[in-house]
Amino acid sequence: MTAAATNAPASKTQIKPYAMNFGPQHPAAHGVLRLVMELNGEVVERCDPHIGLLHRGTEKLIEYKTYLQAIPYFDRLDYVSPMCMEHAFVLGIENLLGIKPPPRAQYIRVLFSEITRLLNHILSITTGAMDVGALTPGLWGFEEREIMMEFYERVCGARLHANYFRPGGVAFDMPAGLADDIWEFTETFPKFIEDCDRLLTENRIFKQRTVDIGVVTKEQALDWGFSGPMLRGSGVAWDLRKSQPYEVYDKMDFDVPIGLTGDCWARYLIRMEEMTQSLKIIRQCLKEMPEGPVRVQDRKLAAPPKAEMKRSMEALIHHFKLFTEGFHVPAGETYTAIEAPKGEFGVYLVADGTNKPYRCKIRPPGFAHLQGLDFMSRGHMLADAVANIASMDIVFGEIDR
Amino acid sequence: MSQQNSGQALSELGASIKAALGDDILSVDLKRGELAVTARRGAIIKVLTHLRDATDCAFEQLMDITAADYPDREERFEVVYILLSLKRNQRIKVKVATDEDTPVASAISVFSAANWYERETWDMYGVFFDGHPDLRRILTDYGFEGHPFRKDFPLTGYVEVRYDEDQKRVVYEPVKLTQDFRSFDFLSPWEGMTNVMLPGDEKANVDASKTGAKS
Repeated sequence: MTAAATNAPASKTQIKPYAMNFGPQHPAAHGVLRLVMELNGEVVERCDPHIGLLHRGTEKLIEYKTYLQAIPYFDRLDYVSPMCMEHAFVLGIENLLGIKPPPRAQYIRVLFSEITRLLNHILSITTGAMDVGALTPGLWGFEEREIMMEFYERVCGARLHANYFRPGGVAFDMPAGLADDIWEFTETFPKFIEDCDRLLTENRIFKQRTVDIGVVTKEQALDWGFSGPMLRGSGVAWDLRKSQPYEVYDKMDFDVPIGLTGDCWARYLIRMEEMTQSLKIIRQCLKEMPEGPVRVQDRKLAAPPKAEMKRSMEALIHHFKLFTEGFHVPAGETYTAIEAPKGEFGVYLVADGTNKPYRCKIRPPGFAHLQGLDFMSRGHMLADAVANIASMDIVFGEIDR
Repeated sequence: MSQQNSGQALSELGASIKAALGDDILSVDLKRGELAVTARRGAIIKVLTHLRDATDCAFEQLMDITAADYPDREERFEVVYILLSLKRNQRIKVKVATDEDTPVASAISVFSAANWYERETWDMYGVFFDGHPDLRRILTDYGFEGHPFRKDFPLTGYVEVRYDEDQKRVVYEPVKLTQDFRSFDFLSPWEGMTNVMLPGDEKANVDASKTGAKS
């Protein structure tokens, strides 16, 4: 026996488990993620994500800002899907104020929420593909993202940090011609989905790297507080747009794709199908969008139009009061959640009757997902941990807050 | 399920939780279609387990644990558990009061997701969770001191960092502000005066019938 052991080839020698640092500067970490991994050879035995490198204290800052001043902070949370973050906060404020935006504003919000979903899923899918070795979708995807960011720019003036959704509606109406251009985009975009699908879905290498990797069972997904594609990938039929519809989602005709296997591939397929469904919603919004105001007509909550401000003293006073003191939100608390592209994005808002939030807790979906990385990666190869991170759709702006 | 008909279901749910758990539930509060129950601190595990397992609750998901700081209260922190039932499409908030020194039992045994949520609450507020296997800081810097989301923690913090060229490392220094932190209260004089008694205001509330004056 001893003779056999000494003559054994090098591959049979025992390797001691060792710890390795992954990140915080690593292109596959999707931001500033530091993973302390215990590896046995190339097999992950334990992985401990160290987060907080992008912590800016957003929640504390918001306590010192008026409600209107706090909205831009939300763009900077999940900077891949800015308008959806604003949406949750704005809905929370509206919930406390007891107001509802006019129908046209609701349609515009849904329209841009879905454009945001496309923006997010393109980035998620293509960078995920890049992490497992496919470069081309990324190059194509960024071109499409650029087109949609142009829509952002035309509607609010900024490509990324929109600050577009406001309590009681949206900041501006859509400029002339934008609706036609978005419609045109919905005609050309399916080509991108098709191309992406042909490059990835049945691609041998892509499937080797994603099928049966990071399997999450239904029970695990519920236990770990997963939401969005991470939950649906495990076969749970749950989408807040369907089950707790906000704005005009109850009038929208769309399907919610559900995964069967709970692995990275299932989550990829869900995001692909969600893009097609988002297009459907965008088209329906454009078709059914009514005319009318885009903000509530209450001057105590929404600023008067600029033209009126130049002529009317009262409008000028309202404008001044709104942008210095802001409006007061009656005391109360609410937990308002929306179906962000990454999952359930919630805002727990405590108001004390003044013009500033008393407490604003942001519930980012990625925080719960990243927590599950440990159990998802155990027993997998190091490279599969990267595929897991990609399929979680991690963005550090929202996790670290 | 729309907001209108869920109000009825939620008030029934609140009543049934109160009936099942009795003294462990201190109050049930239904406002704006959102149900919140305040639980006795010692019974939080029992309450969460009941909410997860009872068929009329079925809150399978713990969406968040957070806290809020109310320095005026005797027990200043309010720990809030936000739960979601997919089966019944309902949400509930469970609240527990505590202070700096009193630990709250960790909910990891009921929901695995509680792990990081509790670490974050510990990090930000210094609420201690008893029985947590790994109660490290999570969002703040390595070696950070204090709990930044407490109301008595200044927005600017106590230390700032910079890279020191001589020492070739990042150094921590006390915060130096070139200008005082400005926090305006924009309360208008009208609203600001509602709770102030000016000399002579007490006469406004005098009952005319008791003064003996004849009209």
